[in-house]
Amino acid sequence: MKKYVLIRLFNIVVTLFIIATLTFFLMKQLPGSPFDEEKLAALPEDVRTAIYEQYGLNDPVWKQYIKYMENLVKGDLGKSFYYKDKPVAQIISERIGPSALLGIQAIVIGTAIGLILGIVAAFRHNSVWDYTTMILAVLGVSIPNFVFAALLQYFVGLKLGVLPIAYWESYKSTVLPTLALMFGVVSVVARFMRNEMLDVLNQDYMTTALAKGLSLRAIILNHALRNALIPVITVLGPVIVSLITGSLVIESIFSIPGIGSLFVESIKVNDYSMIMGVTLLFSTLFVFVVLIIDLLYGVIDPRIRIAGNKE
Amino acid sequence: MGMEKAHLTEEFFAPVATDPKGMESVARDPSIGWRAAWQRLKKNRGAVISLAVLTVIILLAIFGPMMTPYDYAQTDYEESFKTPSGDHWFGTDKFGRDQWARIWEGTRISLYIALLAAALDLVIGVMFGAISAVCGGKVDMVMQRIIDILVGIPHLIVVILLILFMKPGILTISVAMVITGWVNMARLVRSQIFKLKAEEFVLASRALGAGFFRTIFKHYIPNTAGLILINLMFTIPSAIFTEAFLSFIGLGLQEPLASLGVLINDGYHAMQSHYYLLFFPAVVIVALMICFNLLADGLRDAIDPKMKNK
Repeated sequence: MKKYVLIRLFNIVVTLFIIATLTFFLMKQLPGSPFDEEKLAALPEDVRTAIYEQYGLNDPVWKQYIKYMENLVKGDLGKSFYYKDKPVAQIISERIGPSALLGIQAIVIGTAIGLILGIVAAFRHNSVWDYTTMILAVLGVSIPNFVFAALLQYFVGLKLGVLPIAYWESYKSTVLPTLALMFGVVSVVARFMRNEMLDVLNQDYMTTALAKGLSLRAIILNHALRNALIPVITVLGPVIVSLITGSLVIESIFSIPGIGSLFVESIKVNDYSMIMGVTLLFSTLFVFVVLIIDLLYGVIDPRIRIAGNKE
Repeated sequence: MGMEKAHLTEEFFAPVATDPKGMESVARDPSIGWRAAWQRLKKNRGAVISLAVLTVIILLAIFGPMMTPYDYAQTDYEESFKTPSGDHWFGTDKFGRDQWARIWEGTRISLYIALLAAALDLVIGVMFGAISAVCGGKVDMVMQRIIDILVGIPHLIVVILLILFMKPGILTISVAMVITGWVNMARLVRSQIFKLKAEEFVLASRALGAGFFRTIFKHYIPNTAGLILINLMFTIPSAIFTEAFLSFIGLGLQEPLASLGVLINDGYHAMQSHYYLLFFPAVVIVALMICFNLLADGLRDAIDPKMKNK
């Protein structure tokens, strides 16, 4: 097991290196530069060259790449082009708070509600409960979350006037965006949970557990839930990463200073170092979450051997 | 006993001639299973109603635009923002275009996108995940790192670069979807097969001589069918909205073409004053999704061998 984790950690370094390299060269193909081209064109030739020179943009792309990677190894993500030379790491750390808080809240509450709905739906298969859950889950995925967000703003924020409609001011500001983000999580978790539960409920060990006279709670927690978790954690992994790194749509609807809007902005204005910074943040989170999920498979179901059959 | 053992020499253990194709022929005729599944599906009221509604929606997508004299692209500025009436059944948009014609034109495009997303998921996603899990070890390691890399590179950058090399339109959307559209399905199928690998029936089938692909198609995939169907329900709407997003940033469909996703996007901006522009396309997409789900669920109950006694 230790050996497997070590190999995986080495793999993670290689994967991140490949992602950084590909992203760097692809990003340099984007049209435009980090500067306002119109204003730049008005400057005399030598001033323009000097500006490019200062940011190292006159060098061939491979030279820029080597320079970036050298700094990256030292842990330096560079400075933003757009935010007046502010370090990328500082901007990201300022912006990650709101995104991560909303993301984590949405995941924790959404997963809890989803699990309960899914379990109830499975135990009451083909009943009103089951159909209601299913329709809720379908609504959660087939209505885009910006529509939910707008409806929440209108009815809860404007009509009832109990919660702030937008901006990042107090803890209350997190409620509506969290709800808007949560719908997706609830439907994913509920739908997969229901399906897996139906499967598990038909297994012989469930009959045994019932025959032994175990309480319903013990049956659900110790026998059913564990055996139904694998697909849920598999689909939840990427959802967690994308929610923590922020949703562009929700952040722009609620005017929240998060990572999602920062990233799209940085692509629009060719803020190279910022694009790389956010990409690396996202990929690092992603590869670690994937590793944790792979390790969890073995914990949840000891028969699963991801590391191969040799152990 | 001890004396008999002495007589058992190596020659006694010569392999019997094998017939790889006949080994697993104990399986019954598959057509019986399908007929039984159809019988069970017919008993499921939700699935039957869904099938009917889906048929109606598909027929409307084909014939709907012909039922009104207005064309989906025809603008009429004196008729803009008309509420639904006998003339314009679903009202008109800001350019006075008939919303009924636009919705069914859009349904056509969205159904194409849905079909493409489903096909990608089923062909690339399922096979990628299955091969990765069945081979395991180093193959799995490499295949999963490919997924990590595909997910890690920002999609938006790839999409913008695609505009530079290709014309905006359905083809470009399709290419953008091919790159990462199947990734979640692959990861899900992989996880399920890892679970199944430890089951006795797989061991039995292998002991009987089933080959690599036979095990995948005969044992792993049928036992993953429930999950595959459910994941499709998430892939399809997200593909429809990805298309809307791409169209929104100018990579996707060009005016006057519109998909359901684009219509919902436009309707959202006029939601407060002209709710019907958001309402009708949203109803079509939700109806499509609910019916698809109930049908998929009925299918699952009908074909899943473990559900038979229910």
